[in-house]
Amino acid sequence: MPDEELQPSHVTERRPAVALLGYPTQILAPGQTYASVTEEISSIVLTRKHPRSWWFGFAIAFGLLMMFLFAVTVLLFRGVGIWGINIPVAWGFAIVNFVWWVGIGHAGTFISAILLLLLQKWRTAINRLTEAMTLFAVACAGLFPLLHLGRPFVFFWLFPYPDTMDLWPQFRSPLVWDVFAVSTYFTVSLIFWYVGLLPDLATLRDRATTRPKQWIYGMLALGWRGSAVHWQRHQSLYLLLAGLATPLVLSVHSVVSFDFAVAMVPGWHSTIFPPYFVAGAIYSGFAMVLNILIPIRKLYGLEGLIPMRYLNNMANVMLATGWMVTYGYIMEAFMAWYSGDVFERSMMWNRAFGPYGWVFWMLILFNCVIPQLLWSRRVRTNLVGLFCVALFINVGMWIERFVIVISSLSRDFTPSAWHIFIPTKWDLMTLFGSMGLFFTLLFLFIRFLPLMSISEVRKLVSEEKEAKP
Amino acid sequence: MKQRYELYGLMAEFTEADEVLAAAQRCREAGYRRMDAFTPFPIEGLAEAVGQSRTRVPLIVLLCGIIGGAGGYFMQWYATVVDYPLNIGGRPFHSWPSYIPITFELTILCASIGGLIGMILLNRLPQPYHPAFNAPDFNRASQDRFFLCVEAADPKFDLPATKSFLLTLHPERVSEVEK
Repeated sequence: MPDEELQPSHVTERRPAVALLGYPTQILAPGQTYASVTEEISSIVLTRKHPRSWWFGFAIAFGLLMMFLFAVTVLLFRGVGIWGINIPVAWGFAIVNFVWWVGIGHAGTFISAILLLLLQKWRTAINRLTEAMTLFAVACAGLFPLLHLGRPFVFFWLFPYPDTMDLWPQFRSPLVWDVFAVSTYFTVSLIFWYVGLLPDLATLRDRATTRPKQWIYGMLALGWRGSAVHWQRHQSLYLLLAGLATPLVLSVHSVVSFDFAVAMVPGWHSTIFPPYFVAGAIYSGFAMVLNILIPIRKLYGLEGLIPMRYLNNMANVMLATGWMVTYGYIMEAFMAWYSGDVFERSMMWNRAFGPYGWVFWMLILFNCVIPQLLWSRRVRTNLVGLFCVALFINVGMWIERFVIVISSLSRDFTPSAWHIFIPTKWDLMTLFGSMGLFFTLLFLFIRFLPLMSISEVRKLVSEEKEAKP
Repeated sequence: MKQRYELYGLMAEFTEADEVLAAAQRCREAGYRRMDAFTPFPIEGLAEAVGQSRTRVPLIVLLCGIIGGAGGYFMQWYATVVDYPLNIGGRPFHSWPSYIPITFELTILCASIGGLIGMILLNRLPQPYHPAFNAPDFNRASQDRFFLCVEAADPKFDLPATKSFLLTLHPERVSEVEK
């Protein structure tokens, strides 16, 4: 320890022990040191033997991925006719899945960026995993509009490129906005993720025991050496990226909702859509985070780094966004009645009591009723209970998109054009197959990259040391 | 024997964030200018202590964002007003509200990509070899140790004097680093 007179002046002017919004600075379990957190997180990748359940889960996910590959191959050969879509229901499962996956991606950016800006330190333990979840979910989402194009091999017509026919994409179309929004979202998420990962890749490089691992992590780490000057630029960029990603995450799902809101179809043409879609996205995203985090926390024994309080916080976020979504449902029904528009009114009646009525009531049950269990602290702090509620919310949010897309399209203005959509086995195979893609990527991520930002957890350790008298 | 290599600098090793920050400030007060610290996590004020006043990353992000936004808007205006105007029900060609989403997305996209490239280039990465890696136990700089390096290129650098000065800061050890 340095002498008394060597103590730097800033040691006395510490921040109080209570951070913004009343969260105490004690975040981690007591007794953690720089070395212990580094060891605990990096050993999952480098030295620890992987639990049998990892192989088991990976095998299932990989099997589903192969099924996806098969379904997509058949689709490319035979066209979108193998799906249950027809006129007027030209948007089927593909768009439902697209909106659902994009929504799931949103919690990652929300946790990473918005909670970073709000100085919520509990994000540190989960932000890396949720950012990875965002990337993989957006990758799954991006596939569906491509497959739905009918001619996926000319997808680049959606981009402005110097083509020989002197054509431009229609920049006034929400579908083109979608292309820009989703590809920007994916790119920025990837950059944000990699910038956060850079110092940890250096840690893995320095701790790797075999030559190939040293080489691969070394290449990815770009020769990061933790220089103070580098850290300054790194932190500056990281904060700016968070600031850029925050409006981005709100804009992306707003743009996705414009796909519907700009159309004249009853049930779609609604100004509540942008905020209501964003709330729903964060709702399903947090549910997916919990569905992933609870098993991982258990499997790898991360209770010390992810205390129950974080899960409780996420449950609270779900409860809040759940009510926003419920407000959206109520507003949709109210506006349909209040507008006096006969098509809107009959759409709403049809949605609740028509051929898809049972789906609608399932939606209300899953998204509005069951999550009310989260009012109880016993449920919020019970792993099984929380997992089940999150699962219901995930299914419920998928159903919500189904109700919006299918029930609105299947009965539009002219009864002679009404048509019931029934999914085929190919629809189901692409839906479950895309989950295979998502979970395969997630399992590989857990295997090869650190689950949490090691450098940020070390910073937490240091802050907690300082906070103690 | 030890004189055969070229000296890059002297590396002092600390166990705590506060110590390396205090040491960097003391070195600065003592008149050293060319130094760098290597730490396992960012430490507030350390970059200032080793002599880096502020970073140009925000400026790069701002400029790239402006370029992206202006370029995106121009592209849409050029496409829909000049190069390929479509008259749909007499609506105006220059329908600016529908340009907003893409303009916004391109602003964010260019700012982020520009910021990433800017950060990497300003940091002179990728740089697989750096003399600092020669310091003993330097792999702990990415784990649990804090290093402060006074470079031999510093005008005030004098091997025995600097070494004894660094030892007054109570490091775990001081080691010579070859280039």
